[in-house]
Amino acid sequence: MEKTLFKAKPKADGIGAKVLRREDQKFITGKGHYTDDMNRPGQAYAYFLRSPHAHAKIRSIDIAAAKSAPGVVALFVGKNMESDKVGSLPCGWTVKDRHGQPHKAPPHYPLARDTAKYVGDQVAVVIAETLEQAQDAAELIQVDYQVLPASVKCDATLKPGAPQIHAEAPGNLCYDWELGSQSDIDAALKSAAHVTKLTLVNNRLIPNAMEPRAALGEYDAGTGNYTLWSTTQNPHLLRLILCAFVLGISEAKLRVIAPDVGGGFGSKIFAYAEETVCAWASMKIGRPVKWTADRSQSFQSDAHGRDHVTVAQLGMDKDGKFVGLKVETIANMGAYLSSFSTCVPTYLYATLLAGQYTTPIIYANVKASFTNTSPVDAYRGAGRPEATYLIERLVENAAREMKMDPAVLRAKNFIKKTQFPYQTPVALVYDIGDYDASLNMALDMIDYKNWPKRKEAAKKSGKLRGLGFSTYIEACGIAPSAVVGSLGAGVGLWESAQLRVNATGTVTILSGSSSHGQGHATTFAQVVSSKLGIPADKVEVVEGDTGMIPMGMGTYGSRSLAVGGTAIMRACDKIIAKGKLIAAHLLEAKPEEVDFDDGEFIVRGTNKKRSFGEIAFTAYVPHNYPPDLEPGLDETAFYDPANFTYPAGCHVCELEITPETGEVKIVDWVAVDDFGTIINPMIVEGQVHGGIAQGVGQALLEHGVYDADGQLQTGSYMDYAMPRADLLPNMRLGFTVTPCTHNPLGAKGCGEAGAIASPPAVMNAITDALGISHMDMPATPEKIWQVLQGTTSQGKSG
Amino acid sequence: MYRFDYVRPKSVDEAGKFLAAQAKNGAKILGGGQSLLPTMKQRLAQPSALVAVAGLADLNYVRVAGNKVTIGGATLHDTVARDAQLQKLVPGLTHLAAHIGDPAVRNRGTFGGSVANNDPAACYPSAVLAIGGEIITNKRRIAVDQFFKGLFATALAEDEILTGWEFTAPKKSGYGKFLQPASRFAIIGAFVAQTDAGVRVAITGGGNGVFRAKPLEDALAKSFSAAAVEGVKVDMSHFNGDLHASAEYRAHLATVMTGRAVASCHGG
Repeated sequence: MEKTLFKAKPKADGIGAKVLRREDQKFITGKGHYTDDMNRPGQAYAYFLRSPHAHAKIRSIDIAAAKSAPGVVALFVGKNMESDKVGSLPCGWTVKDRHGQPHKAPPHYPLARDTAKYVGDQVAVVIAETLEQAQDAAELIQVDYQVLPASVKCDATLKPGAPQIHAEAPGNLCYDWELGSQSDIDAALKSAAHVTKLTLVNNRLIPNAMEPRAALGEYDAGTGNYTLWSTTQNPHLLRLILCAFVLGISEAKLRVIAPDVGGGFGSKIFAYAEETVCAWASMKIGRPVKWTADRSQSFQSDAHGRDHVTVAQLGMDKDGKFVGLKVETIANMGAYLSSFSTCVPTYLYATLLAGQYTTPIIYANVKASFTNTSPVDAYRGAGRPEATYLIERLVENAAREMKMDPAVLRAKNFIKKTQFPYQTPVALVYDIGDYDASLNMALDMIDYKNWPKRKEAAKKSGKLRGLGFSTYIEACGIAPSAVVGSLGAGVGLWESAQLRVNATGTVTILSGSSSHGQGHATTFAQVVSSKLGIPADKVEVVEGDTGMIPMGMGTYGSRSLAVGGTAIMRACDKIIAKGKLIAAHLLEAKPEEVDFDDGEFIVRGTNKKRSFGEIAFTAYVPHNYPPDLEPGLDETAFYDPANFTYPAGCHVCELEITPETGEVKIVDWVAVDDFGTIINPMIVEGQVHGGIAQGVGQALLEHGVYDADGQLQTGSYMDYAMPRADLLPNMRLGFTVTPCTHNPLGAKGCGEAGAIASPPAVMNAITDALGISHMDMPATPEKIWQVLQGTTSQGKSG
Repeated sequence: MYRFDYVRPKSVDEAGKFLAAQAKNGAKILGGGQSLLPTMKQRLAQPSALVAVAGLADLNYVRVAGNKVTIGGATLHDTVARDAQLQKLVPGLTHLAAHIGDPAVRNRGTFGGSVANNDPAACYPSAVLAIGGEIITNKRRIAVDQFFKGLFATALAEDEILTGWEFTAPKKSGYGKFLQPASRFAIIGAFVAQTDAGVRVAITGGGNGVFRAKPLEDALAKSFSAAAVEGVKVDMSHFNGDLHASAEYRAHLATVMTGRAVASCHGG
């Protein structure tokens, strides 16, 4: 466990400085290099024929006409991959059900074999000289489908009589999992003075990264080597999955490159069918094969997020102290298990159900179900937004039912700052936090004491004003390998960094993190600048290439700074340690007498010193050098975190509803977050702004809707509503800092907080304004108007 | 997108001749392409040829003479929105044009393209129907009241080019629009025009095509004020429900948006 917190000196380009993002020059001026920008000699184009039916038996596929269409190079169907022994895309996390049995894992072949299981399922791939020719030819493929009844709702699919989707999963149940003791919680709720109960839906979301997914596979018949350019968030893991589980080739034979990647929000963590096919097909035809999703394909085939139905009960004593929380959730897995789908509604969800509170007994039961919809997996926050939404909705309702101020009820139940480290009843140990501090700062910033006046003033002008809190926590810095391994993860979740000091004293960082918009090139350079005392512009960051970088685990779960940044710090420590040996030799001192401070190696108590640059030069031009020391200054470190990190904070949303239409206008937003040490405040603020926008999008606009036949009704921007700038007010941010106790930076992570915190803040404000107990997201103007007309059951006390 | 021929005529006459010969084979007029091109990209339309009229100088204009206004068929939304004379004379129309789509749409999309397409959720048809006047084509003049024929249908023949719209400026005009949250088309748009022939209210977004709302017009004829339309009911047969709004909500919004349009006429 890292105990020593690195104390950085103030520095214009170091830790804590508001440095402009060096990436933005290329991104904003169109000079980025994305996967679709890559072109290889002889490249052909893939077009996937996708099932138009949500559930259909594939009786036969007639490819004769398509195969002889102009420009067609090759055409493959599921049985071609089967005869090449291409495997199923695996799910990387085994969840054991309440009887200790592993989850049901039906196969997910890159091209469907017998049955198509959702609209968009890949049925065939046409590879042609041009994309248009491939698409033209695909229209000539005759598939004889026997359409089967479809099942789309996560709860209805578990009911008797629902269409059976996989033979391997009777009743469409993937697993029935629990955490905690059912008898304990039932006893706690029975003894409670009051129980607040809520049934809620966490609406399905479609990720919509700015850059659609793309892949370019190339096979070199001379060496037998493959190269795959992919829009992945974790190139090494994609390589591992494709080699070890799907294509059966040596990891040393596949190089995965993630060039610039334009956003992911989780949806680019996973190994997908299309990139698998591009790699395999490039070998089959001996030519590079490129595929780029258009936006419609992204809507259909990117893994979606959320989609839960939950019944939750919170028991309190007569003073409002929480005595127990019972949560029963059904989670939609979609048609197949995406790479990490199983862990999202279990270990990334139920383990967060304590929130910021001392609730002593918590029980969660989660049933995961198969439906004829796109696979569902991690999406910004992944399980933690779902947990926070239900806790914070429930706590808000509890306060109303107990006739207590919602801020007071929260504070009454907070884990106090003297109680850390705090063992929750749901497995996690929170290392540090100060929840009263963030709540109090937020109350000040929103001017809570004058809130009743503002509500009254709005009423006079015919508006309904509401205020909603969200005091959230998340587990980031994913994750201690031994812990996740014991819970079923098929991988370790450490991170790597190689620090290559060049002969002139400049530094190249090769990081196993994989930026897709987070600004690592800027932030990591700031970290190294402070740690090694060299200007940040002497530090370059290289990521996203398995051919250059040590095995790494990629970027997701707000992990890159807390885990990847710590690996960089450790590599720096190794560099400094070796530098001391060189400096001691040059300065004729003992190594233990040499200190390193702000870019200089100094013999303690003397003025004898050598600069970092001089030591680097000596390492590569070792004319006068310690006899037993290797030349060079190039160190690699791996870091496996001792614990998760626990960012937390308080968001407050204030909004107004126009009663005649149900329109919502957010008039104020205060966010107070504790991310521990902040490296670049501007990047962090940007992450918070973006996260809030996404969360407000979920609360007010976004909804992935399938009709009863499994057709995606929100399959384009004509119908899937994304947040725009005019949805949001000027967000007012505040920060409290309790440094993480187990990494040297004290950093916790900030990428998901906004998206986790914001949905309940909005919905608490809306239900407050309307004086109702609940409304499911998205809170559209019509739903609100219907409540005001008294024509809907949503909103009645439940 | 399927293959198609692209034709760029130098004049309306040349475009008309090409269409006379080729419309029956599937040739279509291309204005700003804001509806047609996305449809073609989805392979939902397969025209044999596109005849691009957007660049024709003789279709790109806003002319104001006294209270007579003519707008060319290929005039950009942005041009209409920014026309200083029109802003004073028909503020409802320039406001409407300024709120179609986003800047990219407004600098490609054309007046004629929108009106000829007659999308049931488009904004422009409501202004045209409320203000009245005549639609001018390369063959004839069509009274606005005879022009709109329901969902995506107009009086235009397949080979007929909408070259302009001529009208007398209303005394007052206003537009109230309730946005569909994803597309930002109108869930309901209400255009109110106080004309020499009386108050005309045209509603778009209802689902079955733009229409005049008689009960709202009657109420406003009595008193041209937002309060006058409160609670006035419009015939439900004009409204459909979809993913974004029920028929009932749309009907309610038609009244509310009309009220807002009237309020804007009074500077509200």
